[in-house]
Amino acid sequence: MLIKLVNQIDLNEAFQYLQTPAAGGTNLFIGTVRDHAQGKQVVKLVFEAYAPMALKELEKIANQAKANWPIEKLLILHALGEKQIGEPVVVTGVASAHRNAAFEATRFLIDELKKTVPIWKKEYYQDNSIWVNAHP
Amino acid sequence: MNILLFGITRDIVGASHLQVEPAERPKTVGQLKQWLAGQYPELKNLSSLAVAVDSEYAEDDALLSPHQEIALIPPVSGG
Repeated sequence: MLIKLVNQIDLNEAFQYLQTPAAGGTNLFIGTVRDHAQGKQVVKLVFEAYAPMALKELEKIANQAKANWPIEKLLILHALGEKQIGEPVVVTGVASAHRNAAFEATRFLIDELKKTVPIWKKEYYQDNSIWVNAHP
Repeated sequence: MNILLFGITRDIVGASHLQVEPAERPKTVGQLKQWLAGQYPELKNLSSLAVAVDSEYAEDDALLSPHQEIALIPPVSGG
């Protein structure tokens, strides 16, 4: 499996990594920067991570996925730093013999990533910025 | 004791790490959280605040020692 924090996500690299003759289904989830949040126009995002812990937590999630589904190849990439509207910021990918496992495991990876992995997103609007999820 | 700060906790404290003097050194994660809340009341407004010890989430009763790597983990928002 391939788990990385990167400055720039390379979608070709992601797809190449997932190639294997044993797979009949390859699924990639690509999270991108959206231009709005809670009715406000978003200008850009900035991501930061507690890298050693983030990698450990991502590895735990990946191992859970491998225990739950028959997975040939698994990949998680997360971007750090400043990201503009439309740029990819996170990719989860799974190659499996059959499509069901690929669909389900890919979704599991992104859903779990959002719960436990120490990565933080600052959303910049026209007039201010906030750390997402920080306050109730 | 050196505490790593990220995201909004770095903004609240105004630095990327925080030095806790030996005299006030908390013995557990729970005591550290109490001490922090006293020093930086804004931390109490966060949705949650976890502590990582040696890059693993730690419970409030976990014991702290000077050579561990300690970090504050405010609500995460990756993805």
